[in-house]
Amino acid sequence: MDFFHTIIALLESTIRVSVPLIFAALAGLFTERAGVFDIGLEGKMLGAAFAAGAVAAVTGSVTMGLLAAVLISVLLSLVHGYASITQRGSQIVSGVAINFVVAGSTVILGEAWFRQGGRTPALSGDARFQTITFPFAEEMRDVPILGPIYSNLLSGHFLLTYLAFAMVPISWWILYRTRFGLRLRAVGENPGAVDTAGISVIWMRYRAVICCGILCGFAGAYLSLAMNAGFVKGMTAGKGYIALAALIFAKWRPVNIMLACLLFGFLDAFAIRLQGNPLPFIGQVPVQLMQALPYILTVVLLAGFIGKAIPPKAGGIPYVKER
Amino acid sequence: MSNPYAKLPGWAEYGLIPLINLVVAFLVAGLVVLLVGENPLDAAYHMINGAFGRGEYIGFTLYYATTFIFTGLSVAVAFHAGLFNIGSEGQAYIGGIGVALACLWLDQTMPWYIVFPIAMLGSIAFGALWAFLPGWLQAKRGSHIVITTIMFNFIASSLMVYLLTRVLKPLGSMAPQTRTFAEGGQLPKLDWLLSIFGLDIGNAPFNISFLLAILAAFGVWVLIWRTKLGYEMRTMGHSPSAARYAGISEPRIIIVVMMISGGLAGMMALNPIMGEQFRMQLDFVQGAGFVGIAVALMGRSHPAGIIPAAILFGMLYQGALKSRSKCRRSHAI
Repeated sequence: MDFFHTIIALLESTIRVSVPLIFAALAGLFTERAGVFDIGLEGKMLGAAFAAGAVAAVTGSVTMGLLAAVLISVLLSLVHGYASITQRGSQIVSGVAINFVVAGSTVILGEAWFRQGGRTPALSGDARFQTITFPFAEEMRDVPILGPIYSNLLSGHFLLTYLAFAMVPISWWILYRTRFGLRLRAVGENPGAVDTAGISVIWMRYRAVICCGILCGFAGAYLSLAMNAGFVKGMTAGKGYIALAALIFAKWRPVNIMLACLLFGFLDAFAIRLQGNPLPFIGQVPVQLMQALPYILTVVLLAGFIGKAIPPKAGGIPYVKER
Repeated sequence: MSNPYAKLPGWAEYGLIPLINLVVAFLVAGLVVLLVGENPLDAAYHMINGAFGRGEYIGFTLYYATTFIFTGLSVAVAFHAGLFNIGSEGQAYIGGIGVALACLWLDQTMPWYIVFPIAMLGSIAFGALWAFLPGWLQAKRGSHIVITTIMFNFIASSLMVYLLTRVLKPLGSMAPQTRTFAEGGQLPKLDWLLSIFGLDIGNAPFNISFLLAILAAFGVWVLIWRTKLGYEMRTMGHSPSAARYAGISEPRIIIVVMMISGGLAGMMALNPIMGEQFRMQLDFVQGAGFVGIAVALMGRSHPAGIIPAAILFGMLYQGALKSRSKCRRSHAI
């Protein structure tokens, strides 16, 4: 029974750390499926987390914080879009630049506005997301097996957590069952054909980039309003890149993305729990190896040793209408 | 891909546009400073004073510039072959292993001028090794170099935490770093170079790896514009199909270029490890690999442009540290 409780606790923290990955990876899915590579997921998430933390601290309202996060993230996405779609600049340079600018300016602005060493003031009460407890969670707790699963694993998460998991089928539906999704995927595979059909490639890609901004905004808001009580400098700590890895690992498909994010989140949660404890049968495993595993797995996948990851055909290439 | 724009004259392409970019970047940075509620002119004055106001400050500026020349060259070499190496950060980090091993092995018995070349070869070997894998994966398995190099940055970071906390740390010490090197593992400062101009170096760690950086810049120029390999690289960068038609082996060029790029990034480790801290610390690269991307772009991937761009970024770093009102905005160029 003790073992069972450990598993439940492990899975619960897996869910908690996977949520920003799922949002960010789905955000990347929208742009990359439309043919715009996005290395700037990290920067957008960080910018959104800062905006959410700052606005929620000033207004005391979690809704305003969330809106600010989405707004900033969409603005950053539009900058990326302007540089790489309209100006046909290098998408990679633009993404790297966004990461740099955000990492620097969140520290400067945070220090200038709040004077807490780059942090925003700690949030409490209405300024922060509250966990949602399902009905009968308390009464169910003592039921064997099902009880802990219901009351610890399924209940007691933030609204954004449920939204993240809901976004997986929603994204699938948008991409595979709507006209918008069909066109979006077509723009990433063969923009010339979409253009011939009389649809603006530029506008399509801009809309994809805006979708990415909204989802990155959720990811950032989750970090500073739900998972933590406020913004800490550099709090994304490479999550944007893990999300990118998950996106590739999932071969650019929504359901696979959720599974990849859960796997990477599980590795993260497992590494934290493992700290110094030996594994049965294997013995001592360095924590660093667990932390590096998502990246190693992605490289192995990219190398084509386990399946083949084929990116959208027109990814990374700016569209030129006239030749 | 046909080029949708007409070609600009040389003076505009290489002189005017970087200048305009720079002015715009400074204006944007000024806006941020205004937003924060300070006077931008004051901030600019403090920054320039902090970077050039004294011999010591100039020494620090050039110390940072040394680091950025190496990483800038690393990114630029890959650019010429049409490869985007975001992994200079990780390659420099791993290159540090070569430097540290050479110093730990020889520092007590040999003078610096014996240790330095060995450490240099070590840093090149380790940096090149870390770039070889993404290069090989791109050449033989078709994995995208940008993604693999990003992944390798993170793998490098985990590997180094492991090595510094478990393997390279001296017994009984808590800090995740190697022991401090003896005399043989410390590079001499370039105080004589500054004193020619009547400047006093003070505490600045400006050391002879600067001369190595200048030499490397010259070497890169020779490589790219005066050798057969450089010609093949540029051909591939301009048009992979033309290169293939001309019988240039694409996989060979990709792997060789990535190893050269990684070797240059690895050499960057000499500067902080043997020149300043005299030991290998956690996270000693501090984003220099990413700054290298900005330096290479701004220097238009030409060594003659990279050196001034690196000095500019060195100035921003040092000036920002000195003036507290940090001016990181210029990375946006």
